[in-house]
Amino acid sequence: MIQLSAVKKAFNQGRPNEYWALHGIDLAIEAGRVTALRGPSGSGKTTLLTLIGCLARPTSGRVRLRGEDISGLPERFLTEIRRQTFGFIFQQFNLIKGLSALENVILPAFPTGRPRAELVEKAEILFDQLKLGHRAAAKVEWLSGGEQQRVAIARALINDPAVIIADEPTANLDTALAREFMAILEGFTAAGKTVLLTSHDPLVVESSAVHRVVGMRDGRLVDA
Amino acid sequence: MHPWLEKQRHLIDFTLAALARRKAKNIGLLAAYALLVFVLASLALFTQALRKEAGFVLAASPEVIVQRMVAGRHDLIPPGYLDKIGRLRGVQKKEGRLWGYYYDPVVSANYTFMARPAEEVASGSIMLGATLARARGLQLGNLISFRSYAGKLFSFKVAALLSPDSELLAADLVLLSEEDFRAFFDYPAGHYTDIALSVANPQEVRNIAAKLANALPDSRPILREEVLRTYQSIFDWREGIVLTVLAGAILAFALLAWDKASGLSAEEKREIGILKAIGWETGDVIRMKLWEGVLVSLSAFLLGFVAAYIHVFYFGAAIFKPVLQGWAVLYPSFTLVPAVDGLQIATLAFFTIFPYSAAVLVPIWRAATTDPDAVMR
Ligand SMILES: Nc1ncnc2c1ncn2[C@@H]1O[C@H](COP(=O)(O)OP(=O)(O)OP(=O)(O)O)[C@@H](O)[C@H]1O
Ligand SMILES: [Mg+2]
Repeated sequence: MIQLSAVKKAFNQGRPNEYWALHGIDLAIEAGRVTALRGPSGSGKTTLLTLIGCLARPTSGRVRLRGEDISGLPERFLTEIRRQTFGFIFQQFNLIKGLSALENVILPAFPTGRPRAELVEKAEILFDQLKLGHRAAAKVEWLSGGEQQRVAIARALINDPAVIIADEPTANLDTALAREFMAILEGFTAAGKTVLLTSHDPLVVESSAVHRVVGMRDGRLVDA
Repeated sequence: MHPWLEKQRHLIDFTLAALARRKAKNIGLLAAYALLVFVLASLALFTQALRKEAGFVLAASPEVIVQRMVAGRHDLIPPGYLDKIGRLRGVQKKEGRLWGYYYDPVVSANYTFMARPAEEVASGSIMLGATLARARGLQLGNLISFRSYAGKLFSFKVAALLSPDSELLAADLVLLSEEDFRAFFDYPAGHYTDIALSVANPQEVRNIAAKLANALPDSRPILREEVLRTYQSIFDWREGIVLTVLAGAILAFALLAWDKASGLSAEEKREIGILKAIGWETGDVIRMKLWEGVLVSLSAFLLGFVAAYIHVFYFGAAIFKPVLQGWAVLYPSFTLVPAVDGLQIATLAFFTIFPYSAAVLVPIWRAATTDPDAVMR
């Protein structure tokens, strides 16, 4: 599904505060499976996710999606790939305050120009699957952490992406909610989606829902 | 529906929701902006209407008026003067006019008394402007008395109310018979106030004026086109004065609006990052903000313009009247005939909507072109 070869990433390149967050990553991510990135803080997990998810471009090296090199594409194309292929679940959820759960969920579909009725219908199906139907009209800031995360998950799914990217999905959840998330994760696999996540949480990385754990340290892959 | 339209609808939906979320800021902005439009539009509409009124007033007046000057002052036309003009090519009609001002202490206003031929107004009756009738509470058939400057009381019957195109024109007008006029003002027999000449061909007006000046060196011809031009430039000049006086306030409002519009809060920046991360293109974000700018400035424009229209044409431009009107004569009250100039509206609309939308866009451009990976931290 996704191949990385010799991927490097520098921040503030050429300036005194230049920092190399990734020092050459070679990695293949299989379709339909859950891959977890594990490593200490600052090891470059989030950075790697942004490169795979087309949120940023590598400084050097290649990222291939379904065999196509996407590392050099202009921003407009990256955005389109991002919208069509990836669904993001951010650590801070990143919902837009003041809007209802439903409005937040359909936002990623606005640029596609799909009719609103269709989007609402799709969102309602997702809310039902995530047992969130009763909170659809609530403003997101009034939701609990677990509910907010499920809104974020529904939002990640609205454009029906092939790949789900989740950065520290359980960091803001208690054990019970983290277990629920793992159940949702199994649902993704059952639906044939590819999942890439990062986590420190043993509950996640040792779970049977995760098929493969990739270790990272100081911007390099290490044996997990 | 076409996906493009559907998308614009989504963007407008989002914009409206975003505006509603920042109510205080946006209502303040809308109010400041609408006020700005209100002031400018009131000014524009009022001067435009006055110009139009002046046109109306003068349309009814003769092309050339001849006054007689004595020692550099306007004096009565003595008997026989009219015949001295003789035949002038291009002059269709010449007549001596009788008119004067009368101060009415009851409503503290000046009226213009004008004599008409006996066929039009019978002796003992008057025709008067609707505004004046309103001010004195007069109706058709009522009797009204005026005390003449000589101290004698004269009673007249109201035979008709004048309701011409322009209320300003007839607001203070009282028409009466020549006989009554002369008696009321003790006007010497055979004398006139001035002479009106009708000229059919506007090209000939200047020629005729030159000939008059030759034939009657003590006369002063007043040309309608010149009066019109003088009025226009007086209004332009007054408009300029008001604009100058208001310039400070206008600038302050404009700066406030610009500042409010172009400031981007951390919250808004974060939201733009999120939108980009979840698949909005830079262009989508900019279009969304453009809609916001257009919606805010368009509603401010409409609000301000409608308020200005009401202010000018229903409340007689109460705020600007003292400065802009400046007619020598006091009018009890009058309503302007609504006169709207399309080009003027378009100009105002452009200069309110365009800079605002641009102000909204500048910071968005910067925010929208930053890398979306910032939201991951
Ligand atoms: N925009 C940036 N500018 C400069 N340095 C950055 C930037 N983003 C990340 N870094 C640095 O790159 C390194 C890797 O960061 P990254 O966020 O990928 O780590 P991480 O593995 O996700 O850590 P954590 O587990 O704490 O989330 C860190 O040292 C971080 O300080
Ligand atoms: Mg991280």
